[in-house]
Amino acid sequence: MASETSSAAKRARPLSPHLQVYKPQITSVLSISHRATGVALSAGTLLLAAWIVATAMGPGAHARVAAFAGSWLGQLMLLGWSVALFYHLLNGIRHLFWDTGRGFDLATMEKSGKAVVAGTVVLTALAWLVAKAG
Amino acid sequence: MASLRSPLGRARGLGSARDGTHHWWAQRVTAVALVPLVLWFVASAISLAGAPHAAAAGWIAQPLNAVLLAALVVAVFHHAQLGLQVVIEDYVHCEAIKIPALLAVKGACWLLAVASLFSIVRIFVSAS
Repeated sequence: MASETSSAAKRARPLSPHLQVYKPQITSVLSISHRATGVALSAGTLLLAAWIVATAMGPGAHARVAAFAGSWLGQLMLLGWSVALFYHLLNGIRHLFWDTGRGFDLATMEKSGKAVVAGTVVLTALAWLVAKAG
Repeated sequence: MASLRSPLGRARGLGSARDGTHHWWAQRVTAVALVPLVLWFVASAISLAGAPHAAAAGWIAQPLNAVLLAALVVAVFHHAQLGLQVVIEDYVHCEAIKIPALLAVKGACWLLAVASLFSIVRIFVSAS
């Protein structure tokens, strides 16, 4: 009896459309990217801790961390990490600006979103150019 | 209709999570602190790229760098813990997985922060 009622209720209840039916927009894509880069950067903190701890342990441990960071896999991870870092930093500043209650109209939202993406590309390119040239 | 909340509960304004806006505010405070700290660290990391052990240890051993790096470590791991907590609370609905996951994240952030801070102190002390 109880299960009959619950299944009947389930049938009658309208379901809200799921995420896939919505067209991706710059606002929603940048929003979930902020969360994704935050999770990625949390994993990246392992590298920060590894570098500090290895430096304290001595030349041997430091050389192993440095060798990994210099390998193609390490460089690829550092590239991804720098993109995530600059994106999360710039979009975080966008969030702090929103916290003041401003910039919520759609036109400003799209403008600030595009500025964040452009800033991420510029800062990442700049950081790697300086690192490789220096 | 009269409120069912006690006058004391209303005065404290801490809501059902019992910590009010503390989580939200701590996330903002660490975010504001991280803006200059991250920019400083990225610039420093670029200048230290490929540097040998002595250069890295010598850089950390400078008092200003040691203090700023310790501040970065505290703010980064606090901010990461707060952010990962929200992600877990949003997507994990099974309490038997959620609570251990939250504890694991908090424990890992604490341990990594303490290990990093201890290492900074060790480098500073052994250099002086």
